[in-house]
Amino acid sequence: MIEKTGIASLEQVKQEFPDKVVLKKPKAIIECYKEIPCNPCHTSCPFEAIYIPEDINVRPKIDFDKCTGCGICVYNCPGLAIMVTQIKDGKIAMRIPYEFTPLPEVNQTVYVVNRAGERISEAKVTRVQISEKQNKTALIAIELDEQYLYEAITIEVHHGS
Amino acid sequence: MRQAEVVIIGAGPAGLAAAKPLLDVGAEVTLIDRSAMLGGQLTKQTHMFFGSEKQHASKRGIDILKLMVEAIETYPNLTVLTETTVVGLYADKVVSCVKDDHYFKIQAQYILIAAGASEKSLPFENNDIPGVYAAGAVQTLMNVYGVKPGDRVIMVGSGNIGLIVSYQLMQAGVQVPLLLEAADTISGYLVHASKIRRLGVDIRMNTSIKRALGETSVEAAEIWQLDENWQGIEGTETIIPCDTICLSVGLAPLTELLQQAGAEVKYVRELGGHVPKINQHYETSLDAVYACGDVAGIEEASSAMISGHIAGIEIALKAGYTVANANDILPRLRHDLRNLREGPHGEKIRIGLKKLGVA
Ligand SMILES: Cc1cc2nc3c(=O)[nH]c(=O)nc-3n(C[C@H](O)[C@H](O)[C@H](O)COP(=O)(O)OP(=O)(O)OC[C@H]3O[C@@H](n4cnc5c(N)ncnc54)[C@H](O)[C@@H]3O)c2cc1C
Ligand code: SF4
Ligand code: SF4
Repeated sequence: MIEKTGIASLEQVKQEFPDKVVLKKPKAIIECYKEIPCNPCHTSCPFEAIYIPEDINVRPKIDFDKCTGCGICVYNCPGLAIMVTQIKDGKIAMRIPYEFTPLPEVNQTVYVVNRAGERISEAKVTRVQISEKQNKTALIAIELDEQYLYEAITIEVHHGS
Repeated sequence: MRQAEVVIIGAGPAGLAAAKPLLDVGAEVTLIDRSAMLGGQLTKQTHMFFGSEKQHASKRGIDILKLMVEAIETYPNLTVLTETTVVGLYADKVVSCVKDDHYFKIQAQYILIAAGASEKSLPFENNDIPGVYAAGAVQTLMNVYGVKPGDRVIMVGSGNIGLIVSYQLMQAGVQVPLLLEAADTISGYLVHASKIRRLGVDIRMNTSIKRALGETSVEAAEIWQLDENWQGIEGTETIIPCDTICLSVGLAPLTELLQQAGAEVKYVRELGGHVPKINQHYETSLDAVYACGDVAGIEEASSAMISGHIAGIEIALKAGYTVANANDILPRLRHDLRNLREGPHGEKIRIGLKKLGVA
């Protein structure tokens, strides 16, 4: 139970994903499971794809038709509750928010972890995006096997050698 | 004795937000804070804030603070007294202060208390040995002075502060293997809990600390499970090695000054302890003495800023100034504040304010 562990169940996670066909294009996946007074995802999206009404406690609702997968909401969300995912050729390309230093480098192999913090796979970093406007939240792009679609949530950078 | 038109005690988000409308109308404002830096709790918040964009959500606390200070620092009618502690407050609006062992008094016409809150402690065996810290102290060490409190920290308390400080510890390279919560559900925002859970922090409900182990400093924590009455269950003890135990078990409003001056206070558990009875203008039971922010009930920086903004305008109006568009701004601010307090996490505040008779 997420209220006791912080770990969302597989059913909860799946509910936030669109049909796999939709994921041929990159889409933001929002995992904000409980009402909180918060709305930067809504106000930061340049395509008006995320909606939170006047009562900012209402959970964000995404319109996958409008979402371009640009990733702007990902680094604006203080809950680090959004990632961008795409399925291509049996692989998933994910962009996740990352706030640890040193940042991984492109082509570096990193661990992929699940919502319980367990290592489930390894993946190669394909892109590292950090700019002034991202305000210290980097976007890390990784590519991994499609089977981890509902499991992969963040990365762990190997330390030492 | 020094004279001041408006004295604001506490330069956190509430006090800073209150200063602006007063300075705008030309009031002479004296802003007092006991620390060297303005900003209160914001000085140690390196994380992105949640909340509404209107209150700068998604910016980092320290950057919000910079904006708030820049908005007021150039006013000639502002006097700032840092490293100055207010040690006494009297109903005739005399404020006594200490700076560098030097004691002085200020006669004010209006006073706003925005002193924030202090951290609660937790009684357990050995809780006075080095290595047992309050979460705020840990944050100050790390984020203000760049010092790691230890290498392996057990966090006690699953409110937003415990969750966020755990994350910041890990960002500083400190291990946080475990976070304990006495209640049966996580009390802070689930997004913050999930953020640390995926980094490997074991979050355990119905669990607390029995005692700290260690001769001269913390070497381990003995933890145990709690029953539904929050009593430890014998036989469930386990010993977890660590060098730091970080307590994040709540905040209590700093109402001592108000009590000393004779303002009416009431104990409201949902608001964190003793809070001043204020009316809808943020005025306490003492004439021309106001209170806002965490000192009037533990909430958030976003709500502290709004309540400060309202209190500043209310004081300006009471002092006879004309505040441009006050009739538009005040209802809008009150609406924003109500809006923040909607939803399940605002329930405590709503109940608390009702008990206090202000909502
Ligand atoms: C770890 C952590 C994370 C948080 N994250 C968020 C967040 O993401 N979003 C959010 O909205 N809120 C957040 N908050 C809450 C927020 O920081 C507080 O609610 C807010 O700072 C309260 O503002 P305030 O101005 O009332 O009090 P404070 O910020 O506490 O300021 C009070 C000031 O008064 C001064 N003072 C007190 N007594 C005296 C005295 N006798 N003489 C002189 N000066 C005095 C103090 O030095 C202090 O500077 C967080 C808090 C913590 C601890
Ligand atoms: S990824 Fe871009 S388009 Fe999609 S919801 Fe986020 S900000 Fe909007
Ligand atoms: S910004 Fe993030 S935490 Fe805030 S409401 Fe949107 S998804 Fe939830």
